[in-house]
Amino acid sequence: MTSLVADTRVVFSRELRPVIRDPFSVIFSMVQPLFFLGLFAPLLPGDSSLQWFVPGIIVMSCLFGSSMTGSNLLFEMQTGSHERMLVTPLRRPALLIGRALKEIVPMLAQAALIVAVCVPFGFELHLGGALLGLVILAGFCIGLGALSYTLALSSKNRDWMFWTVQQTLLFPLLLLAGVLLPIENGPGWLQALSKANPMTYVVNAERALFNGDVWARSTAEGLVAAAAVGLLGLVVGVRAMKRSD
Amino acid sequence: MIETRELTKHFKEVRAVDGVDLSVARGELVALLGPNGAGKSTTLRMLTTLIPPTSGHAEVAGFDVVRQQREVRLRIGYIGQGNGAGHSQRGRDELISQGRAYGMRVPAARARADELIASLGLGEVANRAVSTLSGGQRRRLDIAMGLIHAPELLFLDEPSTGLDPQNRANLQEHIVRLRAEHGTTIVLTTHYLEEADSMAERVVVIDHGRIIADDTPQRLKATHVGDRVILGFASAHEAGEAARTAGGEQRGAEVRITSDDGPRLAARLAGSLAPVSIEVIRPTLDDVFLTLTGRSLREDATTLEPALVEA
Ligand SMILES: Nc1ncnc2c1ncn2[C@@H]1O[C@H](COP(=O)(O)OP(=O)(O)O)[C@@H](O)[C@H]1O
Ligand SMILES: [Mg+2]
Repeated sequence: MTSLVADTRVVFSRELRPVIRDPFSVIFSMVQPLFFLGLFAPLLPGDSSLQWFVPGIIVMSCLFGSSMTGSNLLFEMQTGSHERMLVTPLRRPALLIGRALKEIVPMLAQAALIVAVCVPFGFELHLGGALLGLVILAGFCIGLGALSYTLALSSKNRDWMFWTVQQTLLFPLLLLAGVLLPIENGPGWLQALSKANPMTYVVNAERALFNGDVWARSTAEGLVAAAAVGLLGLVVGVRAMKRSD
Repeated sequence: MIETRELTKHFKEVRAVDGVDLSVARGELVALLGPNGAGKSTTLRMLTTLIPPTSGHAEVAGFDVVRQQREVRLRIGYIGQGNGAGHSQRGRDELISQGRAYGMRVPAARARADELIASLGLGEVANRAVSTLSGGQRRRLDIAMGLIHAPELLFLDEPSTGLDPQNRANLQEHIVRLRAEHGTTIVLTTHYLEEADSMAERVVVIDHGRIIADDTPQRLKATHVGDRVILGFASAHEAGEAARTAGGEQRGAEVRITSDDGPRLAARLAGSLAPVSIEVIRPTLDDVFLTLTGRSLREDATTLEPALVEA
């Protein structure tokens, strides 16, 4: 077990290194969420619209970043560096878990940046709740990252397949989670779909937590949804990695 | 060091590797030579635990490549056909990560990385992003990564493909030096004849997933092709006489004789037959491949050379 941890640390720190060497790479994947923040938030009615909108945008930037991360692996599968890692004695689960864990770091950086941008415009930060929100989000982005790697491993040399699936899933997940517009007033079928989307619970939890409402039912639901996505991602991801050549 | 029995890999209909029996002793430098698609990479990928064989059996460094993958992985180095270093990484970082992947502690990995950076002449580029390196620099970085844990057995898949002649010569020198200094067992694949000829003491010729010859370059050439001695005479008549005496083939004023030691034969016949000219043509490994398969290994050769086929 300790050696699995050690191997995971090796993979994790390798993944993290380019991010540390070139922190701007974190900002690139944030361009879209920042656009939504700048161009969409002003359209929302009410004084407290930022309190409602910003937590959703934080989840969105985690969704965008983590769901794309498999493309790095896809590229490394083409250049030969993934193959080189497979020949080392690193344990196969570590090759996946280390990569997935790394998703937490850009997620935290992006959340901090979004909050920092929004506070001057009147966004009120409740630190305790926000920190718990980030713990939940960490579980969610580990799962998303692991699923993205799984997609990369099964796409193998077919970039188009990776991007088609990723792009096809991205916006339905986003819209059905009620990130941009509330779902409550939508038709029944839309609400049913939204209830089936684990991201909905994560978004609801983040909204309550970032507003300081820690002891809400949504917190527990968000925790369960994020843990479920995290676990599912790791299980299928590790299986895919074990079969990788 | 390597022991395979009936090693086989099929990809659906393709018999990529078709019953390979190969045994490599400690300290050998073996080249697997064959045209593109012969099954060289697939063989290496099975021996390095990347893909399981369809059937057959292989032991590498004393361990089974299917049941004892970890033991095998700990003992081998592998430099694949692609580039091992991540493009967004820096060379030095990748070397250290690679050392850590083999269980080295950070200070040890760092020291070993510095050592390899110096010996492979990567000092100026080790702190740059890998994506900015030239092909030759990347290949040297690959070699450094393969050597980080000083493996007793090193596999190299087409190490010099895509390099210019100077970089290729450099690389070959490094490989030969590695062998001389550390006694590393080396198995490399190549489709460059000159490379197999000049570097390896043992060449395993592979075609269509099968081993069709396995020996030193000299013996392969002597057994399968032989030297050709061409004696020139003043007239066809003299040539005819000489052909009858020495037992060669007459062509106009020339006599061609095949021998496994051309220079010695030439020296002997020079005295007894008194020809006006002597030429000794020594075969290349391509001639060996041509004799064995009827096809040439050279990329630019599409037709057979009739003279060689006859000889
Ligand atoms: N993953 C694969 N799937 C299907 N066919 C493959 C795969 N890998 C190799 N092959 C086929 O197996 C044969 C041998 O390939 P390879 O071992 O790469 O040859 P070499 O390295 O000698 O050029 C080729 O016909 C190749 O197309
Ligand atoms: Mg090959």
